[in-house]
Amino acid sequence: MALLEVKDLKVRVEEREILHGLTLTVNEGEIHAIMGPNGSGKSTLSHVIAGKPGYEVTDGQILFRGEDLLEMSPDMRAAKGVFLAFQYPVEIPGVATMNFLRTALNAQRKARGEDEFSTPDFLKKVREVSKSLNIPQDMLKRGVNVGFSGGEKKRNEVLQMALFEPSLCILDEMDSGLDIDALRIAADGVNALHSPKRAMVVITHYQRLLNYIVPDIVHVMSKGRVVKSGGKELALELEASGYAQFEDAA
Amino acid sequence: MPAVQETVERVKRIDVDQYRYGFETLIESDKAPKGLSEETVKFISEKKNEPAWMLQWRLEAYRRWLTMQEPTWARVDYPKIDFQDLYYYAAPKPKKTVTSLDEIDPEILKTYEKLGIPLREVAMLEGVEPKVGEEDPARRKIAVDAVFDSVSVATTFKAELKKAGVIFMPISEAIREHPELVQKYLGSVVPTSDNFYATLNSAVFSDGSFVYVPPGVRCPMELSTYFRINERNTGQFERTLIIADKGSYVSYLEGCTAPQRDENQLHAAVVELVAHDDAEIKYSTVQNWYPGNSEGKGGIYNFVTKRGDCRGNNSKISWTQVETGSAITWKYPSCILRGDNSRGEFYSIAISNGFQQVDSGTKMIHLGKNTSSRIISKGIAAGKSQNTYRGLVTAHRKATGARNFTACDSLLIGDKCGAHTVPYIEAKNSSATFEHEATTSKISEDVLFYCIQRGLSQEEAVGLVVNGFVKDVLQQLPMEFAVEAQKLISISLEGSVG
Ligand SMILES: Nc1ncnc2c1ncn2[C@@H]1O[C@H](COP(=O)(O)OP(=O)(O)OP(=O)(O)O)[C@@H](O)[C@H]1O
Ligand SMILES: [Mg+2]
Repeated sequence: MALLEVKDLKVRVEEREILHGLTLTVNEGEIHAIMGPNGSGKSTLSHVIAGKPGYEVTDGQILFRGEDLLEMSPDMRAAKGVFLAFQYPVEIPGVATMNFLRTALNAQRKARGEDEFSTPDFLKKVREVSKSLNIPQDMLKRGVNVGFSGGEKKRNEVLQMALFEPSLCILDEMDSGLDIDALRIAADGVNALHSPKRAMVVITHYQRLLNYIVPDIVHVMSKGRVVKSGGKELALELEASGYAQFEDAA
Repeated sequence: MPAVQETVERVKRIDVDQYRYGFETLIESDKAPKGLSEETVKFISEKKNEPAWMLQWRLEAYRRWLTMQEPTWARVDYPKIDFQDLYYYAAPKPKKTVTSLDEIDPEILKTYEKLGIPLREVAMLEGVEPKVGEEDPARRKIAVDAVFDSVSVATTFKAELKKAGVIFMPISEAIREHPELVQKYLGSVVPTSDNFYATLNSAVFSDGSFVYVPPGVRCPMELSTYFRINERNTGQFERTLIIADKGSYVSYLEGCTAPQRDENQLHAAVVELVAHDDAEIKYSTVQNWYPGNSEGKGGIYNFVTKRGDCRGNNSKISWTQVETGSAITWKYPSCILRGDNSRGEFYSIAISNGFQQVDSGTKMIHLGKNTSSRIISKGIAAGKSQNTYRGLVTAHRKATGARNFTACDSLLIGDKCGAHTVPYIEAKNSSATFEHEATTSKISEDVLFYCIQRGLSQEEAVGLVVNGFVKDVLQQLPMEFAVEAQKLISISLEGSVG
């Protein structure tokens, strides 16, 4: 059974259709890249999978391990293993990052009927993961993403991904705003999480990221549909010739 | 449905109907006849075995009150109160003086147990979980004075405090045992003629707490009073008086609850604080009176006068309040900065939901030289509530070098509620520096969704964001109560009543 199956998905935002029948299948262990011009609906797709309010699904289906994802509350989807690293992570003033991580992790565990982490176990785990991502402990005492640089915010997303161990990771433009070194660290973090049980969907505009996170399949999105899928060479082709060739297909 | 909309729906449905402390205790009580007259005042004074001077003081206040009008300037709206339709005194029976916990009606003890207030000295502070990355909190002791309807039923740790020279007892006892102190200070901060409700309180107050900390003494434990209104149609009028003598320090906390009732109940307390040279008083309130049901029926009218007098040089008074309850709150804990270099602080979290109306804030009155004050107010409005911050900062002609910093932040949850900021600033001295900042924002959908994507429920997300919003103020509370207050905040907004 596929991990994620999006079938002929149609989505409206404020009376305007953004996704016009999108189909996508992701299996365990696979890395998918989604590329496409601005406004083609990449973030919209990731939001609908995660369950962000404000989107109306007018047709189609999203199955997660065969279960109807659209019937689940967004926090339930998170507990089931759907993780979305946001294109623009928000700031939460006054809520220490460490406290946030613990609250979220325990909420997920509780929803799955698992025991909460004990404080020492939790601290140990956070320390390990943050070290490998080059995140200083001081940063974890600050409010969630408050005053973080663009690169730090993205690393904080990868940190959470590593901590929550989701089975489906959707990374929305993880590379935007990262310098070369930060990109490498974040990509290494993502690669370290690659496992036969886990799938990654990497949304990006740049081939460069895919040198670090090597996809099995590349999809091209245009105007709310997947218009072409292929191997990693498709990304190189796009880099050379741009999206114009697909615009007509859409 | 967008997340905020959902929150609003949820809040509308559940919250206020699930008031956690809304049980009633079945005990017989000893009531004054209904209504207010000189006879009522005499009845109360007699019940309390008061000396003649006290009765005289009350009667003067009562006569004054007859000439006064209810204030109407606050942004609150309620039907006219019939002051003859209330009981002014209700004591749980038996009325004999209680000297040890074992003599207290077990029903009352049970009530306090349900409230989570430990009257048994040993039970104190159990179950306080340390936060991640923090040391275990020092297992400090807390002395508790519990006031049930109009009467103080138990004061714990009396002996230990006595050793330190600290007097902590019901004010009714202090009137008999320390008349010289009471006579000297009572009404010296809030005069009997101060305002309609304070004057009413002066005539009919029944009990409350009295604290005196002698020169140079640092009070060895947190002092705390819990107020509970139980009787029907009964007004509660406590009177609290705290004196910190030269170079002393005391931290005091009050908590409040009331049962669920269809009719409104009046609570009109007066609190007076006096800080002499180099003394410091920290006064914290966690107020959770019954707010009324989801249709706006019932709930406490909380009309309270609280004022601190920084009478000595280098003295400091700090008010911290977490207000989540009451149908109507009308309350402005204030500081008179009389001594040179004295300092006043006001830290406030006011949460309103359902049909609650809050009009609260502070007054900082700078009289002495180089006095400073700081105001941090966080208002959170949800449901159909109205939440107003009203503050006054003044500097007298002689108050050279007066400084004030004010920050008022309001957070709106949903679009049926309102937040208002009404600051009054008067500097009669050109060397005064007053700074004022104010923000109003709506709780952000994107922030809520971020939390929910990470596994928090809708309710947990709102609780987390709101707790972050009020963090600066929560940090001012004694550690043990900060944990309690944090839970209370989440409960009052989420309705996830355990
Ligand atoms: N809340 C909204 N209200 C109105 N229009 C929206 C909303 N969200 C998305 N859209 C529109 O939907 C389209 C797709 O947006 P989306 O953010 O999914 O694109 P994207 O492929 O992620 O673009 P980018 O590469 O710039 O991140 C855009 O035209 C956008 O304006
Ligand atoms: Mg996007």
